[in-house]
Amino acid sequence: MNIKTPQYGWLRYLVSLLIPFALIMNTSTSIAAKSDYSSVNKKMRIPANNQATAARIALGKALFFDPRLSGSNWISCGTCHNPALGWSDGLPTAIGEGQKVLDRSTPTILNTGYNRHQFWDGRSKTLEAQATGPIQAGIEMNQTMDVLVKELESIKGYGPMFEAAYPGEGISEDTIGKAIANFERTIVSDYSAPFDHWLRGNKKAISASAQRGFKLFDGKARCNFCHQGHNFTDDGFHNIGLANNDDPGRYAIAKVEVLKGAFKTPTLRDIARTPPYMHNGAYATLVEVIEHYDAGGKDKRNLSPSMKKLNLTKQEKTDLVNFLETLTDKQKEFALPVLPN
Amino acid sequence: MKFRSLLWVVVAGGLITFSHSTIAKEVTIDQKDKSFMINGKQADAYAVKVGDKINFRNMDPWFHNIFSLSDIKTFDLGSYPQGEARPVVFDKVGRVEIECAIHPQMFIELDVSN
Repeated sequence: MNIKTPQYGWLRYLVSLLIPFALIMNTSTSIAAKSDYSSVNKKMRIPANNQATAARIALGKALFFDPRLSGSNWISCGTCHNPALGWSDGLPTAIGEGQKVLDRSTPTILNTGYNRHQFWDGRSKTLEAQATGPIQAGIEMNQTMDVLVKELESIKGYGPMFEAAYPGEGISEDTIGKAIANFERTIVSDYSAPFDHWLRGNKKAISASAQRGFKLFDGKARCNFCHQGHNFTDDGFHNIGLANNDDPGRYAIAKVEVLKGAFKTPTLRDIARTPPYMHNGAYATLVEVIEHYDAGGKDKRNLSPSMKKLNLTKQEKTDLVNFLETLTDKQKEFALPVLPN
Repeated sequence: MKFRSLLWVVVAGGLITFSHSTIAKEVTIDQKDKSFMINGKQADAYAVKVGDKINFRNMDPWFHNIFSLSDIKTFDLGSYPQGEARPVVFDKVGRVEIECAIHPQMFIELDVSN
């Protein structure tokens, strides 16, 4: 039988030349991960009527740090979302009006502009809607919007700032929320973390242990079931089996069985800067967090099917923690605004 | 005579089956990359007929939980893994908003008509 050989000698020659090149490219720039953790495909949705301007961001920044937004004139957004503490408060759960301890922890506002839903239970779809919620919540900043608008109108410096940011719209719940949202969207990762340098090809940017930890994160430890993409979140809601979790979580918003005790997947960017962890501050350290997941959760009622006992070795747990610690961006100074009066 | 009546039953049965299959169809809506996909294309709206059976198939490596709390059709398919499909038959005229409970950014609206 006569088998005809295709006459593609030149093509084979070209391929043989390209293969070593492709192999070099592959080992130096590409990490074989199941999810794309790089910042290449990041996307922030910004409402058409609230695109960023310098005036809007400056106004939002002033409002964010202004304690006069609260009923007591003593608590600002920045009291709990403190830039010196990773835009959180370092507490297991937040403290609100009258020093009352609340049920849920203060989530960082880092990268919250990328989130599809705001709050631990996702009850707001936009930052604009979210921003004015805690101001008016009796247990948080305990302010009424009517009083707040009058107070801000009486502070001379705010008038021109609102006019520059939202010409002709005046001071209202709408413009307050829009300005704060604009400021919050500027609080984002700059991808200067050791992990990002490693993703971009610097093999020595993270330790061998952290590299093993990443492989576990993206594989055996199942972290990537929920913590996906550049912001390490699936924008989803899961019950991860925390003990004493009688908080209905997302179920209060959507009455679907799987959502009983389910909370939003938080970002892991700068995670080493924002202990304690979990929506109820149950764990003081990342070591405790890994122990929780290794055990496959504690309270198995309505546990997410993504949760499984992991049987990690002591070394693997250390590797995971070492990996999580590589997600911290280079520390930057943050300048507080001088508030108008 | 017996044979003839049996023949009629077979013919009539065949006709009913045929007519039923031309009216009610079966469609697969995939869940892929946290989106609803029909024939490989992302979709947030789709028209179906009363009696149509929709198979919600999870093509992602993580769980999905498809549900609707719409007036004309309330269902909760529970959480299921990659490769598994769960069916819903739409039996009333109207609009049905369908989401994934775990990933609420996933949304599709079905317009059910006669």
